[in-house]
Amino acid sequence: MFSNILIYFVVIPVLMLAGLALTRNIKQVRAVAVVGSTALLALSGVVLYQFLQLRAAGNTDPMLMTGSWSWFEPLNINLAVGVDGISVAMLILSSIIVFAGSFASWTIDQPKEFFLWLVLLSTGVFGFFISIDLFTMFMFYEVALIPMYLLIGVWGSGKKEYSAMKLTLMLMGGSAFLLLGILGIYYHPAEGGQYTMNLVEIARQGVDRGWQYFLFPMTFVGFGVLGAMFPFHTWSPDGHASAPTAVSMLHAGVLMKLGGYGCFRVAIYLMPEAANELAWIFLILTGISVVYGAFSACVQTDLKYINAYSSVSHCGLVLFAILMLNSTAMTGAIMQMLSHGLMTALFFALIGMIYGRTHTRDIREMGGLMKIMPFLAVGYVIAGLASLGLPGLSGFVAEMTIFVGSFQHADLFHRAFTIVACCSIVITAVYILRVVGKLLFGGVQNEHHRELTDATWWERLSVVTLIVCVAVIGCFPNFFNDLVGQPFQTTFASIIDVIK
Amino acid sequence: MELEILKYLIPALIMFCCGVYGFITRKNMIAILISLELMLNAVDINFVVFNRFLFPGQLEGMFFTLFAIALAAAETALAIAIIVNLFRAVKNVDVRNVNKMKF
Amino acid sequence: MDLSLSSHLILLLPLAMFLILGLTGMKMSHRLAGVLGTLGMGVTLLLAYAVAATYFFSGSSDFVDAAGLRLQYSVFDYTWLEFTDSLVIKLGFFLDPISAMMLVVITTVSFMVHLYSLGYMKGEVGFQRYYAFLSLFTFSMLGLVVATNIFQMYIFWELVGVSSYLLIGFFYTKPSAVSASKKAFIVTRFADLGFLVGILILSFYTRTFDFLTLTNSPEAVMASTGGATFMGASVLTWALVLIFMGGMGKSAMMPLHIWLPDAMEGPTPVSALIHAATMVVAGVFLVARMFPVYLQSSSALMVITVVGAATAFYAAVVACTQIDIKRVLAFSTISQIAFMMTALGVALPTIHEGMGYMASMFHLFTHAMFKALLFLGAGAIIHAVHSNNYTEMGGLRKYMPITHITFLIGCLAIAGIPPFSGFFSKDEMLTAMMNNHPFWGYWMTMVAGLTAFYMFRLYYRIFWWEENKHYAEHRPHEAPLTMTIPLIFLALVSVVAGFIPFGEYVTWNREPYEIHLDWSVAVTSIVTAVVAITIATAFYRKKNDLPDRLTRRFQWLWTAANRRFYFDELYMFITHSIIFRRVCQPIAWFDRHIIDGTMNMFASVTNRASSAIKGLQSGSVQSYVVVYLLGSLAIAAVVCVCLI
Repeated sequence: MFSNILIYFVVIPVLMLAGLALTRNIKQVRAVAVVGSTALLALSGVVLYQFLQLRAAGNTDPMLMTGSWSWFEPLNINLAVGVDGISVAMLILSSIIVFAGSFASWTIDQPKEFFLWLVLLSTGVFGFFISIDLFTMFMFYEVALIPMYLLIGVWGSGKKEYSAMKLTLMLMGGSAFLLLGILGIYYHPAEGGQYTMNLVEIARQGVDRGWQYFLFPMTFVGFGVLGAMFPFHTWSPDGHASAPTAVSMLHAGVLMKLGGYGCFRVAIYLMPEAANELAWIFLILTGISVVYGAFSACVQTDLKYINAYSSVSHCGLVLFAILMLNSTAMTGAIMQMLSHGLMTALFFALIGMIYGRTHTRDIREMGGLMKIMPFLAVGYVIAGLASLGLPGLSGFVAEMTIFVGSFQHADLFHRAFTIVACCSIVITAVYILRVVGKLLFGGVQNEHHRELTDATWWERLSVVTLIVCVAVIGCFPNFFNDLVGQPFQTTFASIIDVIK
Repeated sequence: MELEILKYLIPALIMFCCGVYGFITRKNMIAILISLELMLNAVDINFVVFNRFLFPGQLEGMFFTLFAIALAAAETALAIAIIVNLFRAVKNVDVRNVNKMKF
Repeated sequence: MDLSLSSHLILLLPLAMFLILGLTGMKMSHRLAGVLGTLGMGVTLLLAYAVAATYFFSGSSDFVDAAGLRLQYSVFDYTWLEFTDSLVIKLGFFLDPISAMMLVVITTVSFMVHLYSLGYMKGEVGFQRYYAFLSLFTFSMLGLVVATNIFQMYIFWELVGVSSYLLIGFFYTKPSAVSASKKAFIVTRFADLGFLVGILILSFYTRTFDFLTLTNSPEAVMASTGGATFMGASVLTWALVLIFMGGMGKSAMMPLHIWLPDAMEGPTPVSALIHAATMVVAGVFLVARMFPVYLQSSSALMVITVVGAATAFYAAVVACTQIDIKRVLAFSTISQIAFMMTALGVALPTIHEGMGYMASMFHLFTHAMFKALLFLGAGAIIHAVHSNNYTEMGGLRKYMPITHITFLIGCLAIAGIPPFSGFFSKDEMLTAMMNNHPFWGYWMTMVAGLTAFYMFRLYYRIFWWEENKHYAEHRPHEAPLTMTIPLIFLALVSVVAGFIPFGEYVTWNREPYEIHLDWSVAVTSIVTAVVAITIATAFYRKKNDLPDRLTRRFQWLWTAANRRFYFDELYMFITHSIIFRRVCQPIAWFDRHIIDGTMNMFASVTNRASSAIKGLQSGSVQSYVVVYLLGSLAIAAVVCVCLI
């Protein structure tokens, strides 16, 4: 079992949990967090390297580095792991954000307990991305959700109990749909199929056509709640606003990606026929998300609310592109997940750092921060530019891939909706520049702010890590494009061709 | 024979109903306990009677009655202990004072 | 030097300068940063000249064929992002007459501005940042003009937009600069949306982004659409008009021009570089680049002509009433760019070998030089009197002789007085318009007359009129050498540039042809210009009350023009009162109260329901017994009924 490298994505966090349980002071906690998250980062680097080696050697299996260990035989539940380009990208994203998040919560209260929950959350996240078994996937999904309640409820700010409760309940509601969907998929294979929980097997044998029309909406909505799909997105503004910095980062950066990834991996990958026919309903919903989120962000005054609505808009674009069912748009969707994950984590990190100094997140009470904390301000400008799609940073690449891909759709309805989604680039510019103008430029609003200090070294490390990643994706997109696009061009393309 | 069995069953029924009525209406916990005993004994009578009339050659009903009596004794001891403890806490044995276990 | 190496360096040097100055600038002294930036730009300038010279004069078979036809040549073309097999974004370096010309224009003006800023920006906070942004801008602009495909152009198009945003908002503590930069970015971004959608439509039908494929077989582009139409116009027209919309945003065509006058909040050298000479002509360059495709749709060309002609007139009228000298120059820029646009719009190959195209590019070149000169001159003046308004100036010719002479040369050039460069290019444009339709010819001649009038109005108000009283306390002084050298150089170029045989180098089909002046047009335009200058002289040479009387006579017209015909108010109304109040706020309210309210309602209904039934759990054993008893009786009854 331990000869499979992927399993270490779960083993390392578990070891970190054990290590944290033994720590006595904040220094030890930090040491465990830094060592563990660095190990995860290194591990994802190794996995990427090995993955590329295998692909270069001509291995075209849908999933590589697979392994499967029986867990509960009567229901065919296995701990099955395996990765393709998409999961590798997601693993890299997660490890980067866990790394940056550890540094961003350097001075948190009750560090031991905080990191325990945070690491448990990342266990769930990593486990989810390496699983190719529906049941274990679902289990890890739940493992990632529950710690969120405590992290927000205990370490949050504002009306944290309300937000934590709302977030947990809504996501749990989503997972109820999901469980129903997963069981349905298990019990209704296409004719002649076996009962199995293994994703690749199910994709090979298909799901019963009639049941697909029921199960596809179930799973899509189930994961869509986590992907902040309109009208199930309202947990996101409150949840993000109340969450502590690292949790916002991890939540918006990685956890929301679980939604997009799940929508693709379970709903569309397993039930392409239903997806093809029902996509229009969800296209309308996600199209609304994109524009609606952006418009809502224009009038918010709380930095975190602005960013949360911006996430609704950007994640809407992810689901929107996935539903286009063409390889370019779907590649764009995964790129958007990467890009949004990184830049929104960057945003939340910076907002947390600014909030930690000024003790307010209301843009009307701040101004001229560029003079006072130039490092954080420049970071914020870069994050903003990435978000509004400046070429050379990741947002542009992802959005353009989505737009070009979606517009290649043969159907006029899809193209018209693509143009609607394109409008978001203007609205995004409006709310980003509004914040940048009010928050960073202009005169200093509050005289007390003049004495504030700029970023400390650990904050700088966290911010620089994320900025570098955003810039690398933006400058060398073709590498990532190949990495995440490969599954769409090979295994998935054949499925799509069959339907069309 | 039909009438014969009714002679025993009807008093038992009345006894049982009295027990139920007492259990529901009395406020004193000791009285509730007594009502409970009344119900148990009514059931015991039924056991004995049915055994005697329906399966004359067997003894299961009788044994069961003995069992029930023993259990009732144990249960009463337990209940009295609880009531005594409650009395120490709230200084009376009114059942309306012990409705904290709710919601 | 090797062509490939030098073209790489042309792009990489400014980028490297941006990274070096941007990342380590804070640790450098002002002097070092400025010299480093200027030196980097100087090397880029030399390389660009070398590349342009190689392209135009080497006669190599890569660049010119036996018949003298200039060829298009891509020096390198790296794949940057592959969407599909055919839709690929490449980053390349494309050499053809217009890109080689633009290389020269951009590097010349940029170098002059780098040099000039050493004096102008001396001692400003953020001097290093300023040079970093200038390098970023130069890099993006160079990348834009050498684009091998339309998506590369879009990428650099966005980058110049951002550099422009950063430079307009350079004085970020000034609220007006912040809002001006925001406005510039958002307005151009809105236009870019049109550009993007245009690209999407075009690429949907043609399956390519490549300029070579598009422009070498425009008929194939037309054919690929299969005659599809949308709302009465062919999809090709839609695509081209939408792409032109991008150009309208960057080139400040009406009604998307509102950002350019406000952009004057940026440092003056920046206005000279970005908002006069280079970035604002990107729209013209875009249309010129796609010109063979535009020829496929006469409606699209018509749109360009009409928009151009209307903008030219509008901006010229507004320029006559502005007080801020930079705003006058800004409106003059809008008007001149509109001139170029119109010239492109009327350039049918059937008429005079598509002369409008050549004329437009020619004017782009000469305009870049003399407008940069005028802006830098204005910068020197502002530097001296510390105000943007001409009411604070007057009689400056004695104090600033070099600035005065060079500014005068700029004015003569833009007014179209021979032998200055503006005359030749403007004459070519007017001839092209006249040949297309006399209406455009006379219309634009009138605009040219207005141009001469407002430029000399500006000139006289700055340098003649009457001496300002403030000079006694604060005596204006001539600018330092770093500032006057660029002025002198640009003035020289403005004098001689008209004699460049442009037709030899830049034509729409890249076949050289000989330019000859059409004297019938030239005489009309010279007479118009001279008359306009005479009027301006009469009005403004000496202080008198004639202008005021005239203003009072046509008060409403003057006010309307001074307020730029209320475009800004209109936009304010649309953005604030409609989009912000009637769209954004209701949506935000809807989200918080309806959507979130529904979710909260689910929660509170659950809550209420459970508190409604929690009374059953009373804690009293006796009531449980009652319920139990009734329940068992009910079940017994049901069982009995069922059995019977």
